[in-house]
Amino acid sequence: MFNIERWQEIFEAISKNKLRTFLTGFSVSSGIFILIILLGIAEGLRKGTKKQFERDIPTKISFFGGRTSKSYEGLNPNRQIDFTPKDYQAIIDKFEGEIQYESPLLKRYGAITTYKENNGAYILFGVKPDSQFLNNAYLVSGRFLSQRDYDIKSKVVVLGPRPIQDLFGGDYKGAVGKTVVINDTSYKVVGVYEDEGGERQDTFVYIPHSTFSSLYNSQNKIGRMEFTLNPSDSYDEGLNRLENFGWQIKKYLHKVHKVHPDDNRGIVFRNMFTQGKNIYMMNVGMKFFFWGIGVLTLLSGIVGVSNIMLIIVKERTKEIGIRKALGAQPKSIINMILHEAIFITTISGFLGLFSGLGILQFASPFIETDVILNPSVPFSVAVVTVFLLIIAGAIAGYVPARHAAKIKPIVALRDE
Amino acid sequence: MNIFKQNFKRMIEITDLHKSYPVGNRNLHVLKGINFTAQEGELISIMGSSGSGKSTFLNILGILDEGDQGSYTLDGTQIKNLSEKVAANYRNQFLGFIFQSFNLIGYKTALDNVALPLYYQGVGRKERLEKSLFYLEKVGLADWSDHLPNELSGGQKQRVAIARALASEPKVLLADEPTGALDTKTSYEVMDLIQKINEEGKTILIVTHELDIAKMTKRIVHLKDGVIINDERIEPIKALAHV
Repeated sequence: MFNIERWQEIFEAISKNKLRTFLTGFSVSSGIFILIILLGIAEGLRKGTKKQFERDIPTKISFFGGRTSKSYEGLNPNRQIDFTPKDYQAIIDKFEGEIQYESPLLKRYGAITTYKENNGAYILFGVKPDSQFLNNAYLVSGRFLSQRDYDIKSKVVVLGPRPIQDLFGGDYKGAVGKTVVINDTSYKVVGVYEDEGGERQDTFVYIPHSTFSSLYNSQNKIGRMEFTLNPSDSYDEGLNRLENFGWQIKKYLHKVHKVHPDDNRGIVFRNMFTQGKNIYMMNVGMKFFFWGIGVLTLLSGIVGVSNIMLIIVKERTKEIGIRKALGAQPKSIINMILHEAIFITTISGFLGLFSGLGILQFASPFIETDVILNPSVPFSVAVVTVFLLIIAGAIAGYVPARHAAKIKPIVALRDE
Repeated sequence: MNIFKQNFKRMIEITDLHKSYPVGNRNLHVLKGINFTAQEGELISIMGSSGSGKSTFLNILGILDEGDQGSYTLDGTQIKNLSEKVAANYRNQFLGFIFQSFNLIGYKTALDNVALPLYYQGVGRKERLEKSLFYLEKVGLADWSDHLPNELSGGQKQRVAIARALASEPKVLLADEPTGALDTKTSYEVMDLIQKINEEGKTILIVTHELDIAKMTKRIVHLKDGVIINDERIEPIKALAHV
């Protein structure tokens, strides 16, 4: 396939037509450059919005005990329902294969927390180790509560960003290992978390559920129960499974706690998935939006390259006519134009690609907005994009080149 | 010199050639039965007003177009129903073109322009350039070989074009108004060159509407309304006498 004579001819045409080569190359590489930058920004926007809207895991389901609203089996209404460890264990046993994370949650507002002369009031949570995932507590230093902490009722605590700010002046690394006093009990700080969901949950203070219940005399209360299920393939399937799970447990708890089957206050479950539907749909929308941006940018790139090819062929109609009159075969005309087009688009395409990637790499640490996060384009995506443009350019060049190759030389030559 | 005493090899033989073009919903009958023969070594001018069909005739002779009816034989080869590929091959082998507007490729030097038909013949680069230089020398432009067309005068450009037409060593040279864009003095210089090439035995057909140019050929064919109305052999005037 490689024909040195043909390439000499092509290089001659390229090097003797510096302006044309430069303009073609420049528009292709600037097109790809802009495309890469746009793709990078779109990716950054996607990451940014994802972070903005990232809250609790959307498959989370929580069960709350409330006050009954109907009398049932001789029991009065307005009776407080508290879940017991037995309830909890029954659920775990029954749905063992389906549950991904599980934790009870006991809560106490206004827990006065002191370190040296600093203090503040926070929300105290008694949880099991899985709560780290249930509540998106992203650790920035130390560790989360362990199963061992839970088993031996350790007096350890994991602090959020607000207490760290108030008590330790923001020194989250130094806080680990220190001892804080919460409601007159001393705890050792084992970890510091950063809530991915933004500022909503930054005042939480986590201690082991077992420690919590023994300290606050709630031995037979387990509090709220939180679960997530193993991931589903689709939103609808996930929602179905979660609803199903929720209703089964609700029915079971109704029976155990003697709550009227139609009472919708006694036992409540809140499905983050249903709540998260809007956010979920918005994420889907965002995804389509950015896909749209990407596809449209690519399309405009393709249109640009095609346009350039069209102009080049038009400009060379006369030359093509001369070559044909001198005995050039249609195939050699098409070959000439395509080789030249592919050669220029490839070289300048990769030039644009690398400068675009370079700019993104260089600029991304300086972008200090929450909306755009770490803009980048996966190299493979970028290369595929460039190849798509090259192929599109070749196709776009092929059509007019074939047309030009078919023109009768005498017509092309008279076309002054 | 008497052409009747030269060999009688028939270079071009055309019998009952018809050609019509659809114009709107009518058919414009351009060539209405042309019979024409050219021997090897002839220098023929084809004259006629615009619309006489002389351009169509030249296109068919140059295998740039095909007749609807009749036959065309070029150096013993039947020219009929050719594919684009074969037509390109025949053009390259049999024919050399000279145009009114020179049609040199602007970004190629004189030498590279002359070498282009050889490139399409598949001649290697070294041989190509040697041969091209030989033909540039023949038209007296060896010193201008590395100049671009826009650095040459009109007459020089046409001489480069003639060298290019000769480079592929064609059987027939076809010239479409070769002096149309040149002043009188330069026209005669170009005609002088054409006469010299003809004297070396090359068959040359010139389409022109200038009588003084036609008189420098050995035979004048008059076309009118798609038929040959007059075909006479004349004693050519030497172009050199006017230079």
